[in-house]
Amino acid sequence: MHGLSFDIAHMLAGALVLVSFMMLYQVRLYALLNVLALHALVLSLSVAWQAHIQGSPHLYVTAAIALGFKAILVPWALRRMVFRMGVHREIEAVVSVGLTMLAGMALVALSLEVMLPVTAKADPIAREDIALALSVVLIGLLMMVTRRNAVSQVVGFMSLENGINLAATGARGMPLVVEISIAFSILIAFIVIGIFLFRIRERFDTVDVGALDKFRGGQG
Amino acid sequence: MPFLLGIDPLVGVLSIPLVAAAVLAFVPGYRVSAGMNMAASLGSLLCALMLLAGRPAPGQYLLVDDLNVVFIILNTFVGFTTSVFSASYIAHELEIGRLTQRHLRFYHAMYQIMQFGMGLALVANNIGLMWVAVELATLTTVLMVGIYRTAEALEAAWKYFILGSVGIALALFGTILVYLAALPVIGEGMDAMVWTTLVSRAAALDPSLLNIAFIFLLLGYGTKVGLAPLHAWLPDAHSEGPTPISAVLSGLLLNVALYALLRFKMLIAANPGALAPGPLMIGMGLLSLIFAAFMLYRRRDIKRMFAYSSIEHMGIIVFSFGMAGPLGNFAGLLHMAMHSLTKSAIFFAVGHIVQVKGTQRMADIGGLTVSHPVLGWSLVAGVAAIGGMPPFGVFTSEFLVASTTFARVPVLAVLFVFGLLLAFGALLLRVNDLAFGPVKGPVGPVRASYLPMFAHLLLVLIAGIWLPPPLVAWFHHVAVQLG
Repeated sequence: MHGLSFDIAHMLAGALVLVSFMMLYQVRLYALLNVLALHALVLSLSVAWQAHIQGSPHLYVTAAIALGFKAILVPWALRRMVFRMGVHREIEAVVSVGLTMLAGMALVALSLEVMLPVTAKADPIAREDIALALSVVLIGLLMMVTRRNAVSQVVGFMSLENGINLAATGARGMPLVVEISIAFSILIAFIVIGIFLFRIRERFDTVDVGALDKFRGGQG
Repeated sequence: MPFLLGIDPLVGVLSIPLVAAAVLAFVPGYRVSAGMNMAASLGSLLCALMLLAGRPAPGQYLLVDDLNVVFIILNTFVGFTTSVFSASYIAHELEIGRLTQRHLRFYHAMYQIMQFGMGLALVANNIGLMWVAVELATLTTVLMVGIYRTAEALEAAWKYFILGSVGIALALFGTILVYLAALPVIGEGMDAMVWTTLVSRAAALDPSLLNIAFIFLLLGYGTKVGLAPLHAWLPDAHSEGPTPISAVLSGLLLNVALYALLRFKMLIAANPGALAPGPLMIGMGLLSLIFAAFMLYRRRDIKRMFAYSSIEHMGIIVFSFGMAGPLGNFAGLLHMAMHSLTKSAIFFAVGHIVQVKGTQRMADIGGLTVSHPVLGWSLVAGVAAIGGMPPFGVFTSEFLVASTTFARVPVLAVLFVFGLLLAFGALLLRVNDLAFGPVKGPVGPVRASYLPMFAHLLLVLIAGIWLPPPLVAWFHHVAVQLG
């Protein structure tokens, strides 16, 4: 394994974790969407690098999807939606930023602690990529549970999915990666359209999930 | 008829729903489309039955073996009976204007795509393909849950969507880890995702990687199964969507997710160094059972109540697969089949009851055995069956689980039986008000198709009294395979 290609792969995967952390402390929706675009951009670079060092050109498709769909199209669509629908521009978090960051750090430590020992025999690139990918996945989950706003939950889901893409491309020669990334893109498109439909049908007054959660115990 | 055309039955099971979906998306009339929906479901069922006679050799993508053939037949059978029920259910919804013709085309096309997704998940020999198929089936059900477009329906669909997406994302991570474990042993490429290859080489895979993979798969597919801490989507999705969808969700989709989990359990079990999946499954199963049993007491909505009952029964099934051993697996398989049949029969009855009464609130429904004797008594029979009363088949399987647990870990058996009795008490309490007592709500006539309901209950009754020896031998054989 070349030292340099190894280092660059790690740098990009590590950058993805850092950008995940950046998501955790955003308090404004537009800023969050910018960070999401950055997240997807880093992912696309990382996937393209994997395609290059593994010599598997089909991964460039995944990289292109990450760039075109997730870094440009979806943030743009979400931005327009936030603007048109007049969603609250501030993100309401359930837990304070400081605590969320601490929890995020704990999750990264956890995933390194869990993944590194068990992947000792695996391919070194895959090995550390998968540990970092797990961190991204867990931070994405953390984001989904600590945010009330539907748009930021989608952002959390997309970052989670980026983590999975990182893991899938890091696993050398994994089949169906392109297909899976397309399937996920369709899923995300559905989610985005779903939020939009919710709104244009004017069933809800906010896209704040907290407002959707009625007390169900009494009536059902 | 597929017999005459000489189609490969496996191709039939997959292609009939797909073609039907494409056609149904454009058929305008309700009568024609409902008829076609039934015909396509019947065609799939016939193809599935043909798989009993001869099955194709496993390939890189598809596989039919003793385990999944049971599920394919159950799936297509319930798919067919539900399509019959759906025809009469949807006629009423059209009449009262809850659905329009346009919705209906969408509904029927989605129904067939869902059948395709579930069928593909069941026959997939490739863990990546299986994941894609489960995702497809989930997406279509999400769309159907939200079909009424009320605030509650959209909320249910959204919740189901987000939780389901997180579930499938975790399952995919688990799938990638399995691939990583297989990479050094099997080599790069598609072979390392083929389930039969994975199982045959399972002993050589890295056990610690498999362990972590299994945790992710358990959480991921477990969300779909509706296991207790991850069940939040299930009651909403069941109560807000059309009742035929509640029936297939409970009867089929939960089973498909559980089947995916079982495949991975077999993989883990084939590796001597990996963790025993038993305790995890027993813990989650027991938690689901007891939690759902308590939750049953506070339900006011009839469909939500039976949704919680599904969580309870999924708990029982996962518990018994966790106990493992030939008897535990046998009981789990039997309970899966019995629960599918019984719960969908109950939803058929509940669907018509809700249509007659115009409400899902249990407080507004009463005296059904007086006002609508057939529906009322069917509901009573269904609840007796699902509650585990003899002579119904659910009793047999629950008795088997309880006795094998008593023989091995008595403490768990006490908890298990406690959960069963608790749930049964809750159902008894509710059904007493629903079926007996003073008549409440409208007493208008009902245009129901009773046949699917009777067919299911009859099968459950027969299974409780006499299980045909070939079936027992078959289940036993599969149970041994499951390890």
